[in-house]
Amino acid sequence: MATQHSRSAARIMIAPAVILLLGWMLVPLVMTLYFSFKKYLPLRGGDLGWVGFENYSRFVTSSSFWPSIATTLTLVVSVLVITVVLGVLLALLLDRPMWGQGIVRILVIAPFFVMPTVSALIWKNMFMDPINGLLAHLWRAFGAEPIQWMSQASMPSIIIIVSWQWLPFATLILLTAIQSLDGEQLEASEMDGAPPVKRFWYIILPHLSRAITVVVLIQTIFLLAVFAEIFVTTGGAFGTKTLSYLIFQRVLESQNVGLGSAGGVYAIILANIVAMFLMRIVGKNLD
Amino acid sequence: MGRITLENVTKTFGDVTVIPPLNLTIEDGEFVVFVGPSGCGKSTLLRLIAGLEDVSGGQIRIDGEDATNLAPAKRKLAMVFQSYALYPHMTVRKNIAFPMKMAGIDQAEQDRRIEAAAKALNLTDYLERRPGQLSGGQRQRVAIGRAIVREPSAFLFDEPLSNLDAALRVGMRMEISELHKKLATTMVYVTHDQVEAMTMADKIVVLQAGVIEQVGSPLDLYRAPRNRFVAGFIGSPKMNFIEGAEAAKHDAQCIGIRPEHLTASASDGQWKGVVGVSEHLGSDTFLHVHDTGLAETMTVRVGGEFALHHGDTVYLTPEADKIHKFDAQGLRIE
Ligand SMILES: Nc1ncnc2c1ncn2[C@@H]1O[C@H](COP(=O)(O)OP(=O)(O)OP(=O)(O)O)[C@@H](O)[C@H]1O
Ligand SMILES: [Mg+2]
Repeated sequence: MATQHSRSAARIMIAPAVILLLGWMLVPLVMTLYFSFKKYLPLRGGDLGWVGFENYSRFVTSSSFWPSIATTLTLVVSVLVITVVLGVLLALLLDRPMWGQGIVRILVIAPFFVMPTVSALIWKNMFMDPINGLLAHLWRAFGAEPIQWMSQASMPSIIIIVSWQWLPFATLILLTAIQSLDGEQLEASEMDGAPPVKRFWYIILPHLSRAITVVVLIQTIFLLAVFAEIFVTTGGAFGTKTLSYLIFQRVLESQNVGLGSAGGVYAIILANIVAMFLMRIVGKNLD
Repeated sequence: MGRITLENVTKTFGDVTVIPPLNLTIEDGEFVVFVGPSGCGKSTLLRLIAGLEDVSGGQIRIDGEDATNLAPAKRKLAMVFQSYALYPHMTVRKNIAFPMKMAGIDQAEQDRRIEAAAKALNLTDYLERRPGQLSGGQRQRVAIGRAIVREPSAFLFDEPLSNLDAALRVGMRMEISELHKKLATTMVYVTHDQVEAMTMADKIVVLQAGVIEQVGSPLDLYRAPRNRFVAGFIGSPKMNFIEGAEAAKHDAQCIGIRPEHLTASASDGQWKGVVGVSEHLGSDTFLHVHDTGLAETMTVRVGGEFALHHGDTVYLTPEADKIHKFDAQGLRIE
């Protein structure tokens, strides 16, 4: 009953949540904007006053800026492609009735529960270590020279690690989407003379387009902010410095809060541009 | 051509036998209807013919050729599903074109067939819409359109009208019958609605628990049901069954008389009873008569308007030559 009384009661009830959310999002945003216009060097004099747009122009003119944007986009796009393609294939596989299905599904989901820092360390030390890593042993077993993953193939290494973490998410969402496909549609297309590959292309893939859109949008948000995986592996060296890592370096290594905040505002802009592009490309599926 | 022969076809799911060995011949150009209660295996049988399920034993032949292990697409059959199974992301035109595209038919021929089908099914104005923007009846027609453009040797329908409202169902029933007359292609039609079966079929196949109880023309089944199950299943309202002394007078375990073969009178007649509920349909009235001492209730069809009311005494008289007699096994006695 939407009486005056119940409506004001409802407002009071949800007020804490609204206030919390507003504070949660608005306070950091406003602080970032505030600091981005200041010269603020915590260990070298603290707040040194307003500087207008100087931080912004310094951040973009730095020689690391454009490479960091390129690195960020490479990482995001590569991981998206890998997780979506492999996710669709894995989901198709998991949808088949097979022995030990429950256990296999849990195993597939498991990487998602491992913290980014931990999984990156495991990959770095147990798989990709050039002397003791499993991959090094594998290479040697074939008589090949082990790859120095972190230095010679730094970007591929990070892409592999991040993809490994996000593949379960993609697989899970795509699996539920596949399971929601009406079986009669597949049977109809089978009777219409479509062989398996065409059934996939004309029936299953269009059905998945919505789920793929969701996977791409959600992953993009998180992939733009990838940090721990880079921090514990290459530390931003060997061309793995993404925008978020660059901001981290400006704030903590150079102790320049103002410059880092300006970078943060650029990151917001980049995220919005990427989101807009994605919406354009795949968003028409979300009608 | 579309002559379908089933020889000793069986189907088991795990250790449940859904279809015990079954033999059936569907002649070219026939309209065959499978009827039976829910879960009797009608859909399973249709899916076996379509190739969507593998048979557990026996042989399916289409036009004399062994099709038992043939892929569904190779059997030249088209199926219309209960849920229509249209492709939601394609327009009506693309839906109808899909089987032709898969078969690699050239574009001009595709367009010609689509136009023809759209015209026949009143879909011309909807060709650019998606299935989600169509009504139930229109979706049904698209599904039929998708089936006819393939020019199959037989059509398979699985309860195609069960999602439609009553008025639309009558209309579509006529359209499908009309289509059958025009194409003269074999049609196999599954339903549990015996009115659909009676009005559309050339031949009705009555199934119970996977077993064929009787095969015949609608009127054969109506006039001479082979057993009690068929007698009770075909005809609406249901046939009245009478057991005991009254049946013994006819040298039978059980006798059956249809509601339309009983006459009711307020003054005199063979059996006496009390009027219970009466259902007025305008053209007909169905009386449920109690306390006759013959069966729990007897249903009688009387003319449009009838003067008796709840609780009144009524007398019933059967038409002597319309009484069906059954023996202890439930089989018909001639
Ligand atoms: N995949 C399956 N696995 C196991 N049992 C099945 C399977 N498919 C159908 N059955 C069983 O087979 C029997 C016949 O099913 P079917 O779908 O052919 O019935 P039907 O006559 O079409 O009924 P309805 O009128 O309700 O559609 C049912 O008892 C059903 O439980
Ligand atoms: Mg069925």
